[in-house]
Amino acid sequence: MTATAESPAVGEVQAMLVTLRILRSKPEGSDDHAPGEQYWQEFQVEAHATDRVLDALHKIKWEQDGSLAFRRSCAHGVCGSDAMRINARNRLACKTLLKDLNPAKPIIVEPIKGLPVEKDLIVDMEPFFASYREIMPFLMTTGNAPTRERLQSPEERARFDDTTKCIMCAACTTSCPVFWTDGQYFGPQAIVGAHRFIFDSRDEGQWDRLEVLNDKAGVWKCRTAFNCTEACPRGIEVTKAISEVKKALTTGAI
Amino acid sequence: MTASSPEFVPGPKIKEPRIVSGRVRPGAEQWSWRFMRLSGPVLVVLILTHLFVNLMTGDGISQIDFAFVAGKWAAPLWQWWDFLMLALAMLHGGNGMRLLINDYAHRAWLNKTLHGALGVAVLGIIVLGSLVIWTFDPCPIDADPSLLPSFCEDVR
Ligand code: HEM
Ligand code: FES
Repeated sequence: MTATAESPAVGEVQAMLVTLRILRSKPEGSDDHAPGEQYWQEFQVEAHATDRVLDALHKIKWEQDGSLAFRRSCAHGVCGSDAMRINARNRLACKTLLKDLNPAKPIIVEPIKGLPVEKDLIVDMEPFFASYREIMPFLMTTGNAPTRERLQSPEERARFDDTTKCIMCAACTTSCPVFWTDGQYFGPQAIVGAHRFIFDSRDEGQWDRLEVLNDKAGVWKCRTAFNCTEACPRGIEVTKAISEVKKALTTGAI
Repeated sequence: MTASSPEFVPGPKIKEPRIVSGRVRPGAEQWSWRFMRLSGPVLVVLILTHLFVNLMTGDGISQIDFAFVAGKWAAPLWQWWDFLMLALAMLHGGNGMRLLINDYAHRAWLNKTLHGALGVAVLGIIVLGSLVIWTFDPCPIDADPSLLPSFCEDVR
């Protein structure tokens, strides 16, 4: 017998109680906590195993504590707003299902590391964007603009296809141990952003970007830790892209 | 300033430009990176051969004494071998420590002090070690003959 609308029990997902342990902070402080002081707070919400961490955060914000601050926009893994450190790994809250996290234990939610925390799970993304601007993430060409689109073969496109997937969520950059300690390093995302143009046959600014990345704060700071590749919610092979940029610099061939 | 005034730029305002990475020595970090990858494999060969010759051949670990070392350093091959091992290990390890200092020592004076101390240590150890290797006398005049390599008898 096939399931019909009259048999709602079929395939029903059981509701359960999950605990979220959230690392919070308030710039204005409170009676118990100094301004900016970080502290843990636990919340219990009723949720389904197929819910996402973002749904649980919404439940907390909408039903329990409206002061909980986090970013999200699309809620579907496209805009890159809600990268956070969930159970000690950087992920998008909107793409992380509770059932993949062992909901029997408290789920630890922290802001991404290495950027200044502004409030709760919200960090100041400006240093991250500043690095991105530094590698000039726009098409650079010489001569007159063609009257039709700039053509490219599928093979030419394939060289940088992977790095076009970046949504600038900062999960990679803020998973990088060099970025945590260094304070100068451009970070994996800026290199991914540069890779997307360096290996684009239509672009002519490759060597301007490569010169920026050959700098003290550039690709040579990468120690091949692979944290970035593991963190990327888009599955970009970040470490591979960084290595391709290093290779372009050491061989002089793009 | 309002959104309609001409100097208004939308978007968050940029604080202090974060990256003040001076392009003082262009390509320096690239050479550091190349050196680590070149010296690493060379060190593997040098160190493994060193360990094999000292510990596995002949009488193995029980052969190592003053006479054994003196015998090795009587041969230019082992003098050069040990010198290369010393110099590369110190430069490779020293450059690695330089990376770590740059990672963690952000205050200018601390960064400078640690780099200075590291430089002195690396150079000092290379100089002292080289002196031992190149000016080594296997048959000191007033030493106990039983500790000396056999060929010293001919020298006396
Ligand atoms: C035995 C063969 C060796 C190989 C193959 C090797 C290889 C390497 C490589 C490729 C790096 C660069 C890592 C990176 O930048 O991502 C490195 C870093 C380093 N090496 Fe070696 N190495 C060897 C021996 C040594 C020795 C003998 C020392 C100490 C005297 C040493 C100390 C260091 C240090 C301190 C670093 C920096 C670590 C870091 O960047 O986090 N290595 N090594
Ligand atoms: S909310 Fe847009 S990526 Fe998650």
